[in-house]
Amino acid sequence: MTLVNAIVQGVLAGGVFAVAAVGLSLLFGVMRVVNLAHGDLMILAGYLAVLTLQLTGLSTWASLLVVVPVMALVGYVVQRVLLERALKLGELAPLLVTFGLSVIIPNVLLELFSRDAQPLPIGSLATEGVGLTDGVSVGVFPVLTLVIAVVVLVGMQLFLGRTRTGRFMRAAADDSATLRLMGVDSRRIYALAAAIAFATLALAGVLYGMRSGGVSPFDGQLLVLFAFETVIIGGLGSLWGTLVGGVVLGVAQAVGGQISPELPLLVGHLVFLAILVVRPNGLLGQRVAL
Amino acid sequence: MSGTGSVCEVRGLDAGYGDFHALFGVDLAVAERELLCLVGANGAGKSTLLRAVAGALRPFAGTIHLDGVDITALPDFERARRGLTLVPEGRKLFPSLTVEENLLVGSGSRRSGPWDLDAVYELLPLVAERRARGSARLSGGEQQAVAIGRALMSNPRVLLLDEVSLGLAPVVVERLYESLPGIRAAGTTVVLVEQDLGRTLDVADRVVCLLEGRVVLTGRPADLSREAITDAYFGHTNPQPSQAGPS
Repeated sequence: MTLVNAIVQGVLAGGVFAVAAVGLSLLFGVMRVVNLAHGDLMILAGYLAVLTLQLTGLSTWASLLVVVPVMALVGYVVQRVLLERALKLGELAPLLVTFGLSVIIPNVLLELFSRDAQPLPIGSLATEGVGLTDGVSVGVFPVLTLVIAVVVLVGMQLFLGRTRTGRFMRAAADDSATLRLMGVDSRRIYALAAAIAFATLALAGVLYGMRSGGVSPFDGQLLVLFAFETVIIGGLGSLWGTLVGGVVLGVAQAVGGQISPELPLLVGHLVFLAILVVRPNGLLGQRVAL
Repeated sequence: MSGTGSVCEVRGLDAGYGDFHALFGVDLAVAERELLCLVGANGAGKSTLLRAVAGALRPFAGTIHLDGVDITALPDFERARRGLTLVPEGRKLFPSLTVEENLLVGSGSRRSGPWDLDAVYELLPLVAERRARGSARLSGGEQQAVAIGRALMSNPRVLLLDEVSLGLAPVVVERLYESLPGIRAAGTTVVLVEQDLGRTLDVADRVVCLLEGRVVLTGRPADLSREAITDAYFGHTNPQPSQAGPS
């Protein structure tokens, strides 16, 4: 029964991984930017939520209404000011820009907030749960995160598939030079993609902070690894693959944790490596495009 | 200013790629509603000229005017919004989009006019049959038809068609050319790059021949002898530049 319980908890944990991975997948899919600062930006969003709580007294959930739009704006500006120039210089330059951000962000947070974790309280939600059977109970908050993940993925799918701007993003992923010949400013499409990516990673960052009770400056270094593993396991460019990847990673970590408390990360990495060997395109991935 | 009624005018255009110089002082004026054919051997600079006009390539020197307005400094997407639309060599469809989605992206310039999905489907039945199909799963001729339809969705004032028949079976090319009168009936000016001289002379109002990056011959098909064109095409003799010599 403990194994079943571990698997159930792992599946639920996959929700946060999936939300975290969507933005990474979008940035890579549309403009081939590998965002090494993904995890640190998630944590930055967590700290923005902390700041919002302190300044306004809003609840952690309500802080999302501030944090997500602010981070979307940050994404738009980062794309227009930093990445757009870097993209002109070659493939390595954007990588170095995001690497730079991944070094700067945690160190600035350390300077401003100290090394101590900053709380993101969610009150009784943190402990509320429903017992399904003997030995298996699900927490209300983990279920909520999984529901949010599904809503985000459905929203992304509808946006990319049905809207004009979403179509432009998929076209830009194929061939941005030809898209420009159709009268579309590809730089604007890129910046909108970055805004959406940053909005989803902000959501993921705050959800992560809620789940673990708070955020500390260097949490991002592990989160970026999880996000990459989620994307690769699920299949690069596959939206629903990120959910599958998140669930697989979550289950692997939870089952590893059952064997020994030191094992969750290692088992997660091993499952990731095994899938990379057996199915390099991921479980749901067929092609490297959105 | 273009007091001559030309919708698009190129003056003294020098262009190329990096160290490679492909065009030397090209002058070209396209009249409203005209169908102009650019001919020339491989490497004569036809595609380079179209790409420079569309803004896909920055010229070294020279100016490009659209409706009398200097657009040389404008980026490619801004030129498309003003009515210059290029069907690029190699079709360049968006492979992860369906045929219909490719057409919809073509309306990205937000120009209004006679062309919408229905009008394009009526003109190109080949495209209508494949509307729901992924554009990566099309034959070459179907791809070319979609590329033309996609450009029409932009309701261009000037349609630049690069190498329409390249690599296509003659019967397929025939069907594509059958759509030209429908495009012209909408009032669109067309600049066409074509390798096939015979076909060119059939459809063109005017022919411009490029040789090694320079305009060596221009004139109406009726005024040009086959010999004058082939000479200009291959550079056998030294025809008077930019003039149609009666033969």
